[in-house]
Amino acid sequence: MDKFDLSLTLNGKSETRRVALDARLLDVLRYDFGSPGTKEGCGEGECGACCVLLDGVLVNSCLVPAFQAAGRRIETVESTPPDLLQTLNATGTSQCGACTPGVVMSIRWLLQHPEIAESVGLRAFMSGNLCRCTGYDGIIAGLEQALQSNAKKAET
Amino acid sequence: MPAGADLPRIDGLDKLAGRAAYVDDLPTPGAWHGATVRSSVPRGKIRDIHFDPAFDWNDITIVDHRDIPGPNQLKLIDVDQPVLAAGEVRHKHEPILLLAHPSVHKLRDALRAIRVDVEPLPAILDPAAPLTPDLIQYKSDNVLKHIDIRQGDPGPVFARAAHIIEGEYVTGSQEHVYLETQGMLAQWQDGRLTVRGSMQCPYYVLDALTHLFGRSRDAFRVIQSPVGGGFGGKEEYPSLLAIHAALLAEKSGAPVKMIYDRQEDMAVTTKRHPSRTRHRTALDKDGRLLAMEIDVLLDGGAYVTLSPVVLSRGCIHAAGPYFCENIHIRGEARLTNSPPYGAFRGFGAPQTIFAIERHMDVIAARIGIDPVELRRRNLVRTGQPLATGQIYKEPTDLPALMDRALDLAQYKARTQSHAEFNKSHPFLRRGIGFATFHHGAGFTGGGETYLASEVWIEGKPDGTVELQTAQTDMGQGTTTILTQVVAERLGIPTEQVRVATPDTSRVPNSGPTVASRTAMVVGKLIEQACDDLLHQLGRKSGDPEISDDIRRHASLPGKSLVGRAKYQKPASIQWDDKTYRGDAYATYSWATYVADVEVDLRTCRVRVTDFVALQEVGRVLNTTLATGQIAGGVVQGIGWALYENVVLEDGAMKNCQMTNYVIPSAGDLPPIRVVFEERPSHWGPGGAKGIGELPMDGPAPAIVNAISRAVTTTINEIPVTPELLLKATEGRGHG
Repeated sequence: MDKFDLSLTLNGKSETRRVALDARLLDVLRYDFGSPGTKEGCGEGECGACCVLLDGVLVNSCLVPAFQAAGRRIETVESTPPDLLQTLNATGTSQCGACTPGVVMSIRWLLQHPEIAESVGLRAFMSGNLCRCTGYDGIIAGLEQALQSNAKKAET
Repeated sequence: MPAGADLPRIDGLDKLAGRAAYVDDLPTPGAWHGATVRSSVPRGKIRDIHFDPAFDWNDITIVDHRDIPGPNQLKLIDVDQPVLAAGEVRHKHEPILLLAHPSVHKLRDALRAIRVDVEPLPAILDPAAPLTPDLIQYKSDNVLKHIDIRQGDPGPVFARAAHIIEGEYVTGSQEHVYLETQGMLAQWQDGRLTVRGSMQCPYYVLDALTHLFGRSRDAFRVIQSPVGGGFGGKEEYPSLLAIHAALLAEKSGAPVKMIYDRQEDMAVTTKRHPSRTRHRTALDKDGRLLAMEIDVLLDGGAYVTLSPVVLSRGCIHAAGPYFCENIHIRGEARLTNSPPYGAFRGFGAPQTIFAIERHMDVIAARIGIDPVELRRRNLVRTGQPLATGQIYKEPTDLPALMDRALDLAQYKARTQSHAEFNKSHPFLRRGIGFATFHHGAGFTGGGETYLASEVWIEGKPDGTVELQTAQTDMGQGTTTILTQVVAERLGIPTEQVRVATPDTSRVPNSGPTVASRTAMVVGKLIEQACDDLLHQLGRKSGDPEISDDIRRHASLPGKSLVGRAKYQKPASIQWDDKTYRGDAYATYSWATYVADVEVDLRTCRVRVTDFVALQEVGRVLNTTLATGQIAGGVVQGIGWALYENVVLEDGAMKNCQMTNYVIPSAGDLPPIRVVFEERPSHWGPGGAKGIGELPMDGPAPAIVNAISRAVTTTINEIPVTPELLLKATEGRGHG
């Protein structure tokens, strides 16, 4: 299999790895860049477990060819701020943890775009992340809490 | 922090930060990848396996049935299932060969360079189909298990009944869709074959390895890695996958990872048993149950696996939480050439509870009585027996529990307002429906006695304690609640309690993490082990000196400080496995669930618009976790009722992708209103009872009762897909 040198900025750090030409962004993050926090749930863009931010855009990393990430900024679940983790843990956002990395990245994206949170229902927004444990109420509660803390921070 | 004080999930921060290392996240230098060559037909004779001579096979490890050191049997209840097919295949996707190689790319090419020639044999794909001799594959009649539960004598009662109501209720299969697919890593470590992976029951895996390799238990070590959801799907299947990975690791000499992708996982692993239940019920003129005849038929798939016990739990729950003097329940699990069906949250009970709770509404409609009133007249009361003769001695007043749930859901007001709405709206129809039900906690009948579970709690030189059990956390919160139980019983802060990773080389066999037994049965044992530890220290719970004492005792050279407990059957539990009479479970959880739905007659789409889940589960150990577990179970039940359609082709799942097997998303659902009625029970720690499976039982009948009322027709089958609803409403939306 042909390989190439892939350089990207992962969670704020510039890194280069030699990876397979046909690899998915999900695979290189997990197996080449040593960032296994991002999970594969379905491998076809349905479940959202593999969500990452690519230059600030929320994407399913199983649908992104790795070469498209060359020279771009990737944020993964591993760079989530500790206070957000605490908020989400208190509300029961995570149970088994397998969908969680994608859920957290969707929440992080929405926190960066509070204007979208106002115009789109939270349930509709979160419907790109499938979860089999929580029934979603714990996730929605976590998202609401996080939005509230964000709004408070913005005021001060 | 004491129990009940909502200790935040202990493993939560690691999961939220992506730090929890699931089996495919473990860095394993030099690991090879494993893959499986499978049958493409439901039944046949293996004629030849053709390896493309143009392909370089030198560095590929190939395992077939001849590489198995001991008996080619997957040890479970029976030993009829081979781990690799030898001469014959019994279901599509049955494993035939295993391959391993360091490169995923070469492995994929190798899979394409193998052709298995199978001569097809006649297959049976419907358990109700007539049997011809060439279809018989198990005993004389393909019946994997037969169960009879008798109380009184129903036969003669029908002659004097005011009403006789019959009905047939059908449930489809269901795929677990745990978000982490099945995966195992096997390697030689310290002279032992060591298997790590996603599993609910490490000791099941150990037993299966021991049997197949024909070696002692010391030859293996089984370690649970964090499990990304189980729901029963990781009860028995991981034993097979662990064996496959171990066979490849033994032959190749390399660590071997077998991680299924979603398509393979959905196509080949176990699912919920499809069912068909027939009811024939005699009632008096006031709607009191006089006699019940119930026939339960489960499709077991190609091998015995767990079907006998799934059928058992299903049959025991089949008459519902009602009092009836004359009952005959007949259950059969029959062989088909489908991949074996297996454990799934509820374990047979959701199927039979769907049937009885739909049937109660059918009865109510047919004899012209309010469904609430019908249940009120028949719900079991103190001193009355359930179907197995188990006398109701619980503190919960079931009609009152039902009334509370109906009040919470504004059942009366909504029944009325929906009727008015339905009269005036051109194409939307609303309905409200409910189900009253129960779920037995722990293993059925003598199961707990047979398991003889053991737990240890060890004092450490730093003054902390480590809880050692085989209970696995697959997201339901075991680690957190068991920590609370220990802290509360010893009277120490939760920070001083650690829970050991389930690892068969260092934790005792406290039984499998299934059957709503962990919190209640194992939790109670943990209390006893804590008491033993306190006794050894000569201390009482909460004594401030406990930590110092532990530090001192555990630091003594050559000494260890371990509190122990082993399950002993309480004398008050009486069960006869031959007659199926007696106390089927130590206790039950009780519930009424109410669903509000809206049906669009144009698209035949059903939306659940409100859901109330009220249950009595003893004392709630951790409200956030318990609420999350109930809400998740309810949503899994909503999926089973409305969306999740396992399409079979040649007996195996055809739509084995998340694209076309649809599970509910956040956008499909209302908030689930989870309410607990807390009544501490003496069976579990701090008063807790089983909770994990209960929420799977109620949603489907509540929803279908609601739909049936909304569209004023009788629907007795799930999933209620738009196609099914279109047929049932005869396209009324187009009129």
